Amino acid sequence: MENKEIKNNSMETKKFKGRVIAGGSLEGEALVSRQGVNTLATFQKSALKNAKKVISSDQNNPDLYKKEITGKILCLPKTIGSTTGGLVIQTICSMGINPSAMLFSEEIDSLACSGIILAKNWENSSIIAIDKLGDEFLNYVQTGDKIKIEEDGTITITK
Amino acid sequence: MELTQEELDILNGKEGETKAKIMKTVVEFGDVFGAKRLVPITHEGHLVTSFGIGLIKPLFRIMDEIIAAGIKTVYPFTIDPRPIDYENVKCNVLNKLIFSKIMYSQQKRYEEQLKEIGLRGENDFSCTCYMDEVGNIPKYGDILSWAESSAVVYANSVLGARCNRNSGMLDIFSLIIGKVPEFGLLTDEGRKADYIIELKTSKLPEAQILGSAIGLKVMEDVPYIVGLDKFLGTNLDDKTKSYLKDMGAASASNGAVGLYHVENLTPEAKNFGKKLIKKDAKIYVIDDEELERVYKSYPVLWKNVNAKPKLCFIGCPHLSYSQLYDWSKNIICELTKNNRKKILVKTIFTTSPQVKEKFSKTELYKEILKTGVKISSICPLMYTNNPLAGSKPIITNSNKLRTYSQSRYYKDDDILNIIAGKGVK
Repeated sequence: MENKEIKNNSMETKKFKGRVIAGGSLEGEALVSRQGVNTLATFQKSALKNAKKVISSDQNNPDLYKKEITGKILCLPKTIGSTTGGLVIQTICSMGINPSAMLFSEEIDSLACSGIILAKNWENSSIIAIDKLGDEFLNYVQTGDKIKIEEDGTITITK
Repeated sequence: MELTQEELDILNGKEGETKAKIMKTVVEFGDVFGAKRLVPITHEGHLVTSFGIGLIKPLFRIMDEIIAAGIKTVYPFTIDPRPIDYENVKCNVLNKLIFSKIMYSQQKRYEEQLKEIGLRGENDFSCTCYMDEVGNIPKYGDILSWAESSAVVYANSVLGARCNRNSGMLDIFSLIIGKVPEFGLLTDEGRKADYIIELKTSKLPEAQILGSAIGLKVMEDVPYIVGLDKFLGTNLDDKTKSYLKDMGAASASNGAVGLYHVENLTPEAKNFGKKLIKKDAKIYVIDDEELERVYKSYPVLWKNVNAKPKLCFIGCPHLSYSQLYDWSKNIICELTKNNRKKILVKTIFTTSPQVKEKFSKTELYKEILKTGVKISSICPLMYTNNPLAGSKPIITNSNKLRTYSQSRYYKDDDILNIIAGKGVK
């Protein structure tokens, strides 16, 4: 699906549209990683501690390291690293400590995709996933921005 | 995706609700990537999830459901290393309590579940299932449902098999269906290179740093490496395969590489040469300076960066026989040179149970054990996941272990110096 900017209402609001992997609508706060998110490295410590909230433990990702991820709208190019990635996403969804949505600028990778589909089919998770939002989306969005997600994959970013 | 009547029947519940849900998951996964069909798997499986961590409740619940439905995998499978080996990786009482009662409380139950659905053998726990001694070796062109990033990249690149970077759970699901969605690295187009890596170093780079540099740059793209054959030659002998194993593991953990080609060396590069490179491929030049930049970028996460190392892991991924032999020889030689009999830092080699068994029949095995080195078949990452281990200054020559733990990475020569030579520089 081609990414395109739909609208530019003002200096503060911009819209993007991507492909819906797992649909839904919500509003929330952006947490942005400019580099690939290593799923295992990011989530393992909090999951192993049975923590109520995920604090990123990935030392190699300064955008996320030590930041709270649970309930945030995680904006990223894609995920990287261990092939446990899908099961890790499924597990954090089953524990209810997942980000509320994952917005991918690129095509979703096989591990994140597995995790989202496993969470949806086997855990009845409401996690939202949208991919192919484009480089411009990831260049524009910043941690702390307000994001509105619509069922059809439209993303509105308000600064 | 177009499904056959047999596949549709499974999807519609003819073989039970659980298998229908498994088929649905595999098909939905394939649909996302535009797969047109499912293709039969042609070789044994390899699973990534070998650890009975109590908190991965979905895994044990789904395994129970699979067993209750009487479902087994179409091919037997090997699996990643076990997490615990108290005999060779000593733990104090508190550590043992955390491992056995809290972290890996479901290990026994999970191993029983694995046997029920198709685990190949009692000792088939290694991330290097493709070693001759372990014997899960796909042929060129085989279609696989493997997970374990380092094994997938090895099977694709060094053996010429075809496998996507499957996730834990999906690896089992596809082995149950006996088929995988055809997309990505299963297709000719998906195996073409997006990147040309021009290697311009003055000597053979550390495999672990070269792989890291490539992974960090190309992420999940396919790199075509030019110039490495100058150092490695054009034959895939045991030492070269060991090098490629470590380079691939670093590229897959520091990035998400599932396949690389090395000009004049790996099978598809030998068969097709530069025809494997896409027209718009990007170029990444790696020289000595670039490798040093990458090496220096690794953060040190010890509380005290000047702490004396307390433990050293060598073998992530598991050491090959030739690596085990060389490390043993090198340590003994270094100790002799320094008039020592014992190593300075508690060191654990990790290798597959089968390689360990073979090595245990040699004189060198007895000699290396006398120095204090232990040989285990655990997954070092599973050990370092222990919250108590997190505070320990652990060193390693594995870029993968560095990525997933607080272990500090050192080059091979530095590790040798620290554990058997003059200590930390």
